[in-house]
Amino acid sequence: MATHGELEVEIVAADHFVWSGPARSVNARTTNGQIGILPGHTPILAILEAGELSVEPVNGDRLEVGVDGGFFSVDSNRVVIVADNARVGGSVSPEAD
Amino acid sequence: MGAQIRVYRQKIASTTSTRKIFKAMELIATSRIGKARTRVAAALPYANAITRAVSAVSSQSEIDHPLTTEHGEVRRAAVLVLTSDRGLAGSYSASALKQAEGLFEKLRGEGKEIQAYLVGRKAQAYFDFRGRDYEKVWTGGTDAPEFATAREIGETLLETFLRDYEDGGAEEIHVVYTKFRSMVVQEPSVMRLLPLEVVEEEVTQTGDLLPLYEYEPDPEQVLDALLPRYIESRIFAALLQAAASELAARQRAMKSAGDNATELIKKYTRLRNTARQAEITQELSEIVAGADALNAS
Repeated sequence: MATHGELEVEIVAADHFVWSGPARSVNARTTNGQIGILPGHTPILAILEAGELSVEPVNGDRLEVGVDGGFFSVDSNRVVIVADNARVGGSVSPEAD
Repeated sequence: MGAQIRVYRQKIASTTSTRKIFKAMELIATSRIGKARTRVAAALPYANAITRAVSAVSSQSEIDHPLTTEHGEVRRAAVLVLTSDRGLAGSYSASALKQAEGLFEKLRGEGKEIQAYLVGRKAQAYFDFRGRDYEKVWTGGTDAPEFATAREIGETLLETFLRDYEDGGAEEIHVVYTKFRSMVVQEPSVMRLLPLEVVEEEVTQTGDLLPLYEYEPDPEQVLDALLPRYIESRIFAALLQAAASELAARQRAMKSAGDNATELIKKYTRLRNTARQAEITQELSEIVAGADALNAS
């Protein structure tokens, strides 16, 4: 359990694992609008809208992930993003589908 | 005499060439099993995350969702049967179909109508041959299933489940698939897909206790989005397991076919040698007899 102000992020797609690692913040779009997750966020289960979500890793560049919908859960600094289809853009080379 | 040797030679040649095919298919199946097993493993994180989320929602709020409510009286049950597209996989499809027959029998005994959904050309052929009805069939790519197929199946089944009985809907949905236990053990099994039995996670450690979630936008809508995904992921998992089982069954079938071919070749070679030796012996005795006859005269 990460306690010292770091998020533990895990992004999974239906048939493959996409990315995981420590992060400072996650920005996602839900059905109600944009939501930002920082360490210490209250547990939440939310539906993702199709679109981009971004992860600010502790090391390295900001990560942009395109999703076609899905959901994510946050509990005790653990963020699990479950996407129907996720493509990592930006600094990381695109994952082969 | 010579004719017999020729027959054996032909048999040896043809068995050798079929053995090459068996060997090739065995190798192909072996290399694909590895891939199929990796895919089974790759789909696990998604399935786990969804299962966890669903059990989190269900343990906190009383779920009253159409997908989880049991119908008082079940008049029709839909069964999805997973078989392979191609044969040469030993008893793989046959045992899945046998399992399905058992389930049909049981459901009929409970006074339920059966509605069949099939995956794989083998199941289709089985139903067509017996002139039985089925709702829908998906063929192609049973040894390397795509998530899109799982989604399509999931949507169709959900739609059937949500339809009223009068409009041809079913109140229960079962899946017959072959579980991949290990390379040598694959067992045909039945899983009830709908209505969902949400398996609440056993809390083993206090750390595992599911936190009190907030929902965005609200629990019902989150559940609405989660449950179909949960179903799709279960169907996808079943498809992947079935694919791995199919390949394992094919590999084993091809291995024993290859071994049998080797055995046959050995037998025919022996017979050929005996025939050749018999011919030589006969020729020799003819010559000796001829020489004796000349000497005697």
